[in-house]
Amino acid sequence: MEKVMVKGTEAIGEAAIRAGCRHFFGYPITPQSELPEYMSKRLPEVGGVFLQTESEVATVNMLYGAACTGTRVMTSTSSPGFSLMMEGVSYMACAQLPAVFVNVVRGGPGLGDIQPAQGDYWQATKGGGHGDYKLIVLAPSTVQEAVDLTVLAFDLADKYRTPALILADGLLGQMMEPVEFPEFRDLETLPDHSSWALTGANGRKPHIVTSFDIDPYVLEKMNLELVEKYKEIEKNEVRWEEFKTEDAEIIITAFGTVGRIAKSVVEMARKDGLKIGLFRPITVWPFPYKPLEELAEKVEMFFDVEMNMGQMLEDVRLAVKDKKPIAFYSRMGGVVPTPNEIYEALKKEIGRRVK
Amino acid sequence: MKKLLYKMPESLSGKEFTYCPGCHHGIIHRLIAEVVDELGIREKTLVVAPIGCSVFAYQFFNMDGTIAAHGRAPAVATGMKRARPDLYVFTYQGDGDLAAIGTAEIMHAANRGEKITTIFVNNAIYGMTGGQMAPTTLLGMKTTTTPYGRSAENDGYPMHMCEFLKEAKGIAYLARTKVNTPQDVEKTKKAIKKAFLAQVKGIGFGLVEVLSTCPTNWGIDPISANKWLEEHMIPEYPLGVFIDKVGDEK
Repeated sequence: MEKVMVKGTEAIGEAAIRAGCRHFFGYPITPQSELPEYMSKRLPEVGGVFLQTESEVATVNMLYGAACTGTRVMTSTSSPGFSLMMEGVSYMACAQLPAVFVNVVRGGPGLGDIQPAQGDYWQATKGGGHGDYKLIVLAPSTVQEAVDLTVLAFDLADKYRTPALILADGLLGQMMEPVEFPEFRDLETLPDHSSWALTGANGRKPHIVTSFDIDPYVLEKMNLELVEKYKEIEKNEVRWEEFKTEDAEIIITAFGTVGRIAKSVVEMARKDGLKIGLFRPITVWPFPYKPLEELAEKVEMFFDVEMNMGQMLEDVRLAVKDKKPIAFYSRMGGVVPTPNEIYEALKKEIGRRVK
Repeated sequence: MKKLLYKMPESLSGKEFTYCPGCHHGIIHRLIAEVVDELGIREKTLVVAPIGCSVFAYQFFNMDGTIAAHGRAPAVATGMKRARPDLYVFTYQGDGDLAAIGTAEIMHAANRGEKITTIFVNNAIYGMTGGQMAPTTLLGMKTTTTPYGRSAENDGYPMHMCEFLKEAKGIAYLARTKVNTPQDVEKTKKAIKKAFLAQVKGIGFGLVEVLSTCPTNWGIDPISANKWLEEHMIPEYPLGVFIDKVGDEK
């Protein structure tokens, strides 16, 4: 298939359609409105449904309803909008409803700004809403990867009956890159949800989809079912990228957009003869603890770079334990660090430790 | 010769209702079930239960169903209907659910003309949480959060949802009824049928507000509650058909 130049947000939309998604509910918010706009034009062309909702609160509940019927469904939003969806996401996780969310993260907290940021990492990976639950969280660093992970998000959501999240940021959403789209999925081949979906109790007992049981012993069983499911996901679905780590003495850890910037830093450092590598989690939940821990045995130190106050840093620490030192560099508020700036910070860090 | 005069509707599961004595939820559930039976759509109908006393409604209907987050039933029903327009979807909501936390969702679902049906039970109080003020609580009425009686100055006025909604162009059927007498039960059944027919015929959104009692939280016995509804709620919430684009069956 040939490559086409596409904007990140639109690429995610087209990928969703090719993955068999025909239902999109969404509310405008910068910097991701191009995605609902794209879907409003594109979905009617393929016999799908686009609905602009009255709020993000309504959006997530429409996703809940559509997912109840076993239908592939999606929304996209940006940070404050995703906060508004948290209650519904918690309901969907407990009711075991598959759906795909896209959070094009912007500067925060509060109203923040509309520039790229990574401050929603904790919200995405540690729960975000109330109660014990996890989301499958995929963090693309290129437009092509956003396409591939969008398709994967639908498949994983269906496979594990759980909401999945594409954790992007404004940079990825707005940039144009050449991408190769997958073929259109034959809708007849999508996963069969007839054993639980709400399709009308015709010739069978009613199906109930719920995140509720008044009996604590029954609810605990539901909790344990989720725990088991999350263990399965942790076992099967950890994904990450290593770049020049084979002989590396220092490993940069970074995800999403910063992951791609860090790749340039590795190239710059290598030219100067410094043995730097990159470890980039692709699934930030489940987080690749084990491969990172294994690297800790081989390298001298880690350098974690993020566009937040050090959120993934906590997971890096959990993986590395006290085996090796971990330095940290960040920009916040929607400021994107340049490769030069990161490299300078890294060199300073090395200098301090050599002394 | 034996003649069958009445049997439980097939659309009820047979599970015993958990409602308090004198509460009208049971009657309203039965009416919905009878209407769904008569329309022959049970196997294609989805129920969306609310948060409130009727949170268990999904257990009482013999249909596929779910529970929506508080106030969000119209959004959940919208998602279902847009995904499966061949199915019939109804929400069952109380006054806290629909007229307080869920006002945005009901207004917009109605205004979009979503082809869903909403049964709105207004008993002027929060039942499940133990008798707090509802948006539909009457002025002067004592609740656990208006111990001195609801005051317009502090708490605002009783919400008239039908009157607010009647300007929404997407609505095909909108009525307010009550079920405190046998005649009213029959009238309510007709209204519920029309609200479902609005959906079955693909005309638009249908809603019936049913005035209801809550003897437990009103602190009176069921018979007095029926009278109290008549004397106090009817003057505030006059009955009537606000919109009817369904027409009469021939």
